[in-house]
Amino acid sequence: MNEPASVAYDVDHPSSSPLSIHDMTVAYHRKPVIWDIDYNAEPGELTAIVGPNGAGKSTLLASVLDLVPRVSGHVQFFGKPYHQQRSRVGYVPQRESVDWDFPVNALDVVAMGLYRQIGWCRRVTKPFRQRAMEALQQVGMEAYARRQISQLSGGQQQRVFLARALVQDADLYLMDEPFAGVDAATERAIIDILHHLRSQGKTALVVHHDLQTVREYFDHVLLLNMRLVAAGPTHEVFTDENLRKTYGGKLALLDQVGHQMTLAEPES
Amino acid sequence: MGTAKGKYAGLAWLVRYRFWRPSFAVAAMSIVITWPCDICAGQTSHGHRHEVAQSEHGLGEASRVERRREQIMRVLSLSDYNTRIVLIGTGLLGISAGVVGPLVVLRKRALVADVISHASLPGIAIAFLTMEMIEPGSGKSLPGLLCGATVGGLTGVAFTAAIRRWTRIREDASLAIVLSIFFGLGIALFTVIQNIPTGNAAGLQHFIYGKAASMVADDVRLIAGTSLVVLVLCGLLFKELTLLAFDQRYAAVQGWPVLLLDAILMTLVVAVTVVGLQSVGLLLVVALLIVPAAAARFWTHHLPRLTLASAAIGGLSAMIGVAVSALYPRLAAGAVIVLVGSAMFVVSMFLGTRRGVLRRMFMHRRLARRVGEQHLLRAFFESTEDTASAGAATFGDLLTMRSWTPRQLQRQLALAQRQGLIDSKGAAGYGLTRRGLEEARRVARNHRLWELYLIRYADIAPTHVDRDADQIEHVLSPELIDELELALEEQDAASSIPSSPHAIGPVAAVAPGAR
Repeated sequence: MNEPASVAYDVDHPSSSPLSIHDMTVAYHRKPVIWDIDYNAEPGELTAIVGPNGAGKSTLLASVLDLVPRVSGHVQFFGKPYHQQRSRVGYVPQRESVDWDFPVNALDVVAMGLYRQIGWCRRVTKPFRQRAMEALQQVGMEAYARRQISQLSGGQQQRVFLARALVQDADLYLMDEPFAGVDAATERAIIDILHHLRSQGKTALVVHHDLQTVREYFDHVLLLNMRLVAAGPTHEVFTDENLRKTYGGKLALLDQVGHQMTLAEPES
Repeated sequence: MGTAKGKYAGLAWLVRYRFWRPSFAVAAMSIVITWPCDICAGQTSHGHRHEVAQSEHGLGEASRVERRREQIMRVLSLSDYNTRIVLIGTGLLGISAGVVGPLVVLRKRALVADVISHASLPGIAIAFLTMEMIEPGSGKSLPGLLCGATVGGLTGVAFTAAIRRWTRIREDASLAIVLSIFFGLGIALFTVIQNIPTGNAAGLQHFIYGKAASMVADDVRLIAGTSLVVLVLCGLLFKELTLLAFDQRYAAVQGWPVLLLDAILMTLVVAVTVVGLQSVGLLLVVALLIVPAAAARFWTHHLPRLTLASAAIGGLSAMIGVAVSALYPRLAAGAVIVLVGSAMFVVSMFLGTRRGVLRRMFMHRRLARRVGEQHLLRAFFESTEDTASAGAATFGDLLTMRSWTPRQLQRQLALAQRQGLIDSKGAAGYGLTRRGLEEARRVARNHRLWELYLIRYADIAPTHVDRDADQIEHVLSPELIDELELALEEQDAASSIPSSPHAIGPVAAVAPGAR
């Protein structure tokens, strides 16, 4: 096979998948939010993570990235735990997760994606600034490099976040609602970037809230509502039946059990 | 020469990583400290002070004025050893607090600094009691007390972190809880100390309200050393601490030890607080950290520049405060320092070039003027568009075009006339100048493009579209106009103005109440 090593995928060894999740359960304050997730990401494809509000989409990303502790299960990136693969994984958090009033400009934010490579105590030198600028160009934001980030529109802020992940040149990208509340130009720009990534053999998992565009934008889909409802190629999995399962039933039982668990354990 | 290279390697390393401007200030000030005292010539190795005769009784009015002038000169020329010491000490403190401050504020830990200063009180009390127990009479040894303060402050931070981590009590509540518990404990221990027969606890109170005037050279050396460490750490870890303050989760994902960085930042705050206790007092030291940072935010959007501005404001307000309190010995230095800093804050709030109130008012006024001007031009254009009035409109014509009062219209006309957009045509009313006509066509075109867009894509009724478009046309950028043209296939030359999608006419019937 002529594929680059990073995306080589052996069916017999799912552990070499960009992201493989095994029996993962995650809880906030002892209340489980996602249960028993088993999933292997499709290498070299764009996958949408779809589900209703509170289904645990963001939590899924946060927990595989070790931001939220897992109650059980284990996660591997390209066959190794996350802390050994940080440089190969790019993360685009939700735009609302930071204070955009912060006194830095767009280029400074993008350069943050390189801090790990720059290393402790060193300044952001010219070659690194150059790379950050290239990433901004990729998302069509080079004209705004020196703009303070609060003076950017929501869509432009989202593109800055995207550039911060791109500058890292990772093999797997995890994006949390990059399309939320962005203008048409940004949506177009993000789609172009995703297609470009796919053409380079890279993988992207994107939390997506707009059911209308799932078919159009993504080859694979992961339907999530506290548990994994279905995952696979969009044309097979993104069916009315599965959507009903994802959005219809409130999964009252799981929620109830979760609630019981918080009550059963006394606060210590 | 190998040795020389080794000798200067450290210096080169310092210079390579910029951000050393504040450190150079520290170095310069440290040199000033070593100036010999002019009273006991040359002896600077020991901490000492001189009582300057303060008696003014029996002096005539003239000599009192003379004396006052001399006093001011002594303070300003730094020739008074005591003042010099205090000035340098508090100045350094102000600078290092000013450097740490912005990071603390941006990390949204301003109140944690307050917790730290209050939590240092029981630390001081316990340190005093412990030292008294070990060796009676040694309780007021400064290093011991400051160690106690440090431990107290760190314990306070640890408590808030623990509460945040293990309970669901909200951050503000947990801060208030820890602050009051530690401060209460400290006050209780202080009353115990007062009643110990052996211990002479007088002077311990200075930690609460501060007493900058009692500073000696050794204190300044301590402050200088601490400042240097704080500045170097801030400079080295500036990138990391910025990332921590901006996006902690991303820092964690990238593998930065968030907990360690947070601990370093808090340790810096503790260091500044502890050395500041003596001069400004624990109640006010938080102001040294927060006020300069908040003031500097009005001047710049650039974090390194903001940090330098904050350091400058911190250092200046500390030194001015000390100078003022040296001239008026009845004013406590700590309070004056904070008041000077607050004055700088207020000035920044109004005059700040980035987000000052005046600038915002100015921008708002400019926008309001532009909007008014565009309204007038469009009214002109529309009232003369279809008529053969040769581009002239009377006051009455214009008045009916919008719901503006005669006075508003008059003011707009006067403004536009001054701008050279319209000119008076005597009895025929007013007419657009060449430039005015160009501008009016542009405004009318933008307005109508947007109207058409709304009608076609937003399903807004033609009868209602005017008012919606009214708000938007003023903010349409050239790029947006291009997009509009694309969407509406209005790609003719910019001179083509689509006809209005709704009847243009007097609005008097719509809003008579507005007059």
